[in-house]
Amino acid sequence: MNENKNLPTTKKEWIRRGLHDGIPICTGYFAVSFALGLAAREIGMTALQSFLMSLGMVASAGEFAAVTLIGAGAGVLEMIATTIVVNLRYFLMSCSLSQKIGPRTPFYHRFFLAYCMTDEIFGLSSAVRGYLEPVYTYAMTAISVAGWCSGTVLGVLVGNILPARVTDALTVAMYGMFLAIIIPPARRDRFILGLVAISMALSGLFSILPVLSRISSGFRIIILTLSLAAAAAALKPVDIEEDADPSAQEEASHA
Amino acid sequence: MHNTWLSLLIMTLSIYAVRMLPFLLLRKNITNRFIRSFLFYVPYVTLAVMTFPAILSATANPGAGLCALIVGVLVAWFKGDLFTTAVCCCGAAFLFSLIVP
Repeated sequence: MNENKNLPTTKKEWIRRGLHDGIPICTGYFAVSFALGLAAREIGMTALQSFLMSLGMVASAGEFAAVTLIGAGAGVLEMIATTIVVNLRYFLMSCSLSQKIGPRTPFYHRFFLAYCMTDEIFGLSSAVRGYLEPVYTYAMTAISVAGWCSGTVLGVLVGNILPARVTDALTVAMYGMFLAIIIPPARRDRFILGLVAISMALSGLFSILPVLSRISSGFRIIILTLSLAAAAAALKPVDIEEDADPSAQEEASHA
Repeated sequence: MHNTWLSLLIMTLSIYAVRMLPFLLLRKNITNRFIRSFLFYVPYVTLAVMTFPAILSATANPGAGLCALIVGVLVAWFKGDLFTTAVCCCGAAFLFSLIVP
């Protein structure tokens, strides 16, 4: 899906690539988690609590929901239900990424990869051609979570020190990464281009139309992902031979 | 529920379960053509939906977000490099906020 001109071959190269690709995630996370820290501070969470929350959950919408629930003194069931719904897209992402794990990758990697499933890290991990080398994901996660946790803690400790236009600019870095993941394949494949355009258009409509705009962004992502990916799969099934490397096939179809 | 520590533990475990179950359940490669195609398309739709319109509300002035979106699409289209695209988006949003207060 992504540019893979000089594909790393050794684990060391994959780690370096992961750290490199993790830098924009780290800056984006830092800005977002800073805002999260401010919210956590308002409901009286300590720096240590916010640090452990960010380390354990690593989820933007999920943690904002968590802060809200803790602040409101919500019940256990409500906490579990909300966490599952708000983060249901990670379920889809894990399903998707589980297909990129090579047959020779040891099983225990699945437990660690599960921890790494965030929007950005999933996006980049699934953008790799061929099977995933888990250390690439771990390297990206390490640098991203460092930014995520330090941003949260700083938000709690020092409040708003960065000017808004700086945090704003850092925040859009994440969207730049998303675009870098989806646009190049869309350029090569008109069907994907159409899918991306329709996805954005419907997402935009959902956010402004009456009734539909009341759907939370977490649910909107789930609904549109399920329906549009299913429609795309029905309209244009991807030809992937069993046991073949799906990305090699994809590459061939673009050649 | 007024115990913050316990709340955090419950929600951390819940979110980990959401992420881990597919990895545990889908041990073999899925052979169903529809499901494979579906999962192939998931990241494109998800990332597109997450980018727009959220990028417009990520900045104080939606114009800065729109500017970053246009620049991001163009850079990704012609260059395609992840880091360059991200930096260009940041630059576009920052410049916009300097020019248009």
